[in-house]
Order: sequence, then C-alpha cells, then structure tokens
Amino acid sequence: MDNKFTIVVVVEHDQNAIKPVTFEVLNAARTIADSVIAYYFSDNAEVDVEPLIQGGADEVKICHNSDFASYTHETYAAALKAEIEKTQPDLILLSASNNGKELAAEMATRLDVGLATDCVDLQLSEGEVIVKRPVFSGKAYSLCRLSGAKPYLVTLRPNIFRGEGTAETRTGNVVKEEINLPDFSKIVGELTREVGAELDVTEARIIVSGGLGMQAPENFKFLEDLAEVLGAAVAASRPVVDNGWQEYSHQVGQTGRTVSPDLYIACGISGAVQHLAGMSSSRCIVAINSDPHAPIFSVADYGIVGDALKIVPLLTKEFKNILGDQG
Amino acid sequence: MKIIVCIKQVLDTAAKIEIQGEKVVSPGSPFIMNPYDEFAVEEAVRIKAALPESEIIVFSMGPDSVKETLKRALAMGADQAVHLTDPLFEGLDNSLVAKILAKAIQKQSFDLVLCGRQAVDDDMAQVGPALAVLLEIPFITIVTQLQFSDNFQTADITRQVEGGSEVRKNMSLPFLVTCQKGLNEPRLPSLKGIMAAKKKEIQNLSASDLGLEEGLLNPRNNKLHEIKLSLPPERKKGIILEGSDEDIAKQLATIIREEEKII
Ligand SMILES: Cc1cc2nc3c(=O)[nH]c(=O)nc-3n(C[C@H](O)[C@H](O)[C@H](O)COP(=O)(O)OP(=O)(O)OC[C@H]3O[C@@H](n4cnc5c(N)ncnc54)[C@H](O)[C@@H]3O)c2cc1C
Repeated sequence: MDNKFTIVVVVEHDQNAIKPVTFEVLNAARTIADSVIAYYFSDNAEVDVEPLIQGGADEVKICHNSDFASYTHETYAAALKAEIEKTQPDLILLSASNNGKELAAEMATRLDVGLATDCVDLQLSEGEVIVKRPVFSGKAYSLCRLSGAKPYLVTLRPNIFRGEGTAETRTGNVVKEEINLPDFSKIVGELTREVGAELDVTEARIIVSGGLGMQAPENFKFLEDLAEVLGAAVAASRPVVDNGWQEYSHQVGQTGRTVSPDLYIACGISGAVQHLAGMSSSRCIVAINSDPHAPIFSVADYGIVGDALKIVPLLTKEFKNILGDQG
Repeated sequence: MKIIVCIKQVLDTAAKIEIQGEKVVSPGSPFIMNPYDEFAVEEAVRIKAALPESEIIVFSMGPDSVKETLKRALAMGADQAVHLTDPLFEGLDNSLVAKILAKAIQKQSFDLVLCGRQAVDDDMAQVGPALAVLLEIPFITIVTQLQFSDNFQTADITRQVEGGSEVRKNMSLPFLVTCQKGLNEPRLPSLKGIMAAKKKEIQNLSASDLGLEEGLLNPRNNKLHEIKLSLPPERKKGIILEGSDEDIAKQLATIIREEEKII
C-alpha cells in the first residue's frame, strides 16, 4: 500500500434522509485525510449522494440491499467488514450517536483494533492518530494516541466538527453495488421504529433547558415557545425528568445526554456538578436563576438574576421581534 | 434463567476532580456503582422476582475497593459475586478488559448478560458490545425496556435512538443488553438485603485462574494510550445583565444576534 491516509465514513441516515452529523464527520475526515470514502448502506440504489461529495467525500459507495431498510448494527457491521477488506482504510470515522458508538464498538472488537469514542478533536501527527476525548462527562479531557493494527475506529461528538460545511465545487466518484448480507432475520426479527419530528437534544444547535425552578410541568410551555422561535430543542435537569415533566431523552448531565450546542439557555437550573458535566462545553451559556449564588452562573457567559417564569416569555417576544424584523 | 451482570466501580458523580500525576483524583470522594450498572442489577433482580429459579452472578474487575460495590449488588439481590482481581489487570484498556471478562463469563453457562450503557468515568461505551461479540451472542445497546414473553424464552427490547426509540420483537435468549435510564428504578438495598449479602461469598479470580497469558495482559498491548489528562479550559468570566426584566430580555436578544451571531 502507498502511504496515502484513507478514511472511511459511514453515512448515518434515517430512511435515506442523511443526518447532519454525517456532514460533521465528513468535514473532520476531509481536514486530515488524503482520501475519504463514504459508505452509504441503503435499501435504495438511487439515493442522492451529491451532498456527501460536496461535504468532502472523494468517493461515495452506495451498497444496497433490502435489509438496509433500517439500521441494525448486525447488517452494518457485516457490510462494513466486507467492504473495508477491499478499501483498506487507515481509519473508520463515525458520529458518536447511539448507532455510531454501538457500531464502532462492535467493529473494533471484530477487527481487534483500537477505538476512541466521543472525540472532540482529531489530529494526524506524523502518521499517528491523536484524539482528545472528554472523560468523567467532561470534567476532564484525555488526549490519546491509537496504536496497533488498522483501521482504527473513532467516533466524533456531534456539533463539534461543523467546519465551513459543504462546497458545490467539489467532485467525486459514485459507485453503486448490490451487496449480499448474511441472514440476520433470526436475531433482528421484527424491528419497529418510532422517531418523532422533534429535534434530538444532541443534534440541536440551540437548547432551552429547564430545571426545578420552572416550578410546574405546565410552565415548560414557556420553554417550548422560546424553543420554537429559536429553532431549538427543549432539555431538562434530572429532577424534572424524575418528576415525569419531561422524557428521559431530554435529560442533560452526567447520567443523561451530553450536549455541545452553540447556545444553551438554562432556566431555573441550579448547576449541580452532574448537570454541568453534560453542558459546560456549550459555546455560549445563558443562565436565568432567581438565586444570584446559584453555581450555574459560574459557567454562564450571560447571567440573568430573576424569575424565569417572567423572563422567558419576554425573551420569546424579543427574539420573535428580532427574527421577524430581519427575516 | 442464569443472568450475568457486569458492574464497574466509579468515582462519585458529585465529585470535583483534580489531576495529579497523570491521574484523576478526588480526595475524600466516595466510589459508587456506575449509575447505569444499577439499572442492570435492578433488572436482573426484577427478572428473578418474576422467575424465582433464576440465578444472578455479578462480575466486576478492579482493586480491592471493588468488593464494596459487589456487596452492594449482592445486597440488592444478586446471588453470587465474582471479583476479577490481579495486579496484571491494572492499566489495561477496554478492549483487554472485555477479553478478560469474556474469559471469566465463559467459565459458566448463561442466558442473559446485562451491562450498563457506559461507565461514567471513561465514557467509552465499549465493553458491553465488545463482550457480546467475544461471547458470540446478539446484543442491543441503550435499552430502556426489556419485556419478556410469558415463558421467558424471548423478549421485546426497546432501545433509545436520537429523537425516538426502536423495538426489536421476539429476541431469543441468549443475548446481551446495555442498560439505560428508563429501564427501571434501582432499589436501595434493604436492611434484610444487606444482612443476606454478608452471608454471600465473593469469589476472587486472577489471571492465572482464568488461564490468561501474561503476555496479553500488558498495557503495552493497549490500543488506546493516554498521552495527557487536562482539566477543561476555564470559561471566560460571564456578565450579569442588569435592568428591568424587559430591558434584560432586549439586551440578551441583541447580544445573541449581534455579538454571538448565533441567530
Ligand atoms: C448519580 C447522580 C447522577 C445525576 N445525574 C444528573 C444528570 O444527568 N443531570 C442533572 O441535571 N442532574 C443530575 N443529578 C442531580 C443533580 O445532583 C441535581 O440534583 C440536579 O441537577 C438539580 O436539578 P435542578 O437544577 O433542576 O434543581 P435544583 O437544584 O432544585 O435547582 C432549582 C434552581 O431553580 C432556581 N429557581 C427557583 N425558582 C426559580 C424561578 N422562578 N426562576 C428562576 N430560577 C428559579 C433555584 O434558585 C435553584 O437554583 C444526578 C445526581 C446523582 C446523585
């Protein structure tokens, strides 16, 4: 083999709608690789892959089979293992989504190669793959080096590698191939999915989050209104979830989701260590809390000491004005 | 049903941490059972309540202090505990940890393996899936519901995905799941449970008990090597906005648009 550094990216999609995280992964791949191959496992050979090329793929390989109607780690791992024998990449890059982390852990074991999950930095230094990953839910960062047989597996935390995005001028190859898959019907059985239109907190660029200071479940309506104006997702602290005011998938913190949005608006959240662990790497943090000594203010870029129930509706109005005025 | 539960001891989630000599330390903070592993132990205990002829064996690897965490699992209702303990196990990465666990688990028969979704210290989410691959059994990660059929031969398994969930119907045993919040409410050990745990034995297994070659158990065989630990960058000091509520709302909206350029 030559010493070109080749990265394989696995396209994450939901019924052939490509997930935004895939473009982040492509963006990260493009900045360090000589060659980027994107594998698109689909039940449909005619999917539109032009955005993947614009996003940084030098080659898109559409591997189609009716068993790819929904993601399962079994089908993806089997296909990926067979494909990389042909392409011999140095690195397989995925998003640190629930599916990405699962597939990466499976592949690393099947190939007996190194894995680093949920990385926030990825560098190639004198041929070595160096990553930085949050540990203790972001209370510390671990800089690591991968070694041993290749390809390495790395998953990237969503929202960190957005870069400058796609470029229409990029060109690349598209290859389509119908591939065979082992019969997993005994294991996979019947699979049903329920995915709403709601934005997932890990994928949102703006998050409006509520804590016990919101006082009652009905007051989350204020947060939903603000979120709607901002195109944001609504999140919550743990006791809010434990009280049943919000679903668990909205819980941010050490035992919930870890998020890194551009803007995190914490409303009536005290800022316990476990909560901070899940959100303190957000780019801009706004805290609204009636207690000027609340620990959340120690991580806030902008603090508002006051009653969230009064301030949030005013914010909704102001943002609506601003966004309405200037389109 | 023979149920294996893998648990890890981690630093208390409330701990503030420091870095000393390339290690995370938190003087005075307790160690706890990884919160996601509590869901795994609880689920096993609930299955046993429904199917009393079940047997629950918990496994944990680590230093002597791990015995406390194993005792907690016994007090919650596990029947047996196995402590994988050997100086040779120190400093190994998750791929090697999974290999050791697999070797220990393969020493007996099993129907179900339960792990936590990830450990809240290294946050890798690797050992569960790796273990399933090594044990050559199917696995499902991030599980929020495990609904067994009446004869406990198959289960409908709900898994969290971004923005929703998916269900696998009629999965046949054996399989491994990694447990997520939502699966159950872990119990606090009762006094009776704590007393009963005192009578249960914790079995020690070393590398040689497992027939593991010393050559394998060397941090040099790790595939992920830590170069440096650091604390997160300090956030720049924030600004407290002043004025009437209306003023503050206006100021913030302007800042977010014009200075932060987020919207
Ligand atoms: C093992 C473990 C894991 C945990 N994991 C998580 C986790 O993942 N995520 C998480 O969030 N927590 C987690 N916790 C819980 C955490 O320790 C805190 O208890 C929790 O974050 C507090 O939530 P809160 O800020 O909503 O509530 P509180 O701490 O009760 O704070 C409410 C805040 O609202 C303010 N307030 C009251 N009224 C108003 C008002 N009208 N307007 C504005 N402000 C108001 C108060 O001043 C106060 O600061 C965990 C705990 C443990 C032990």
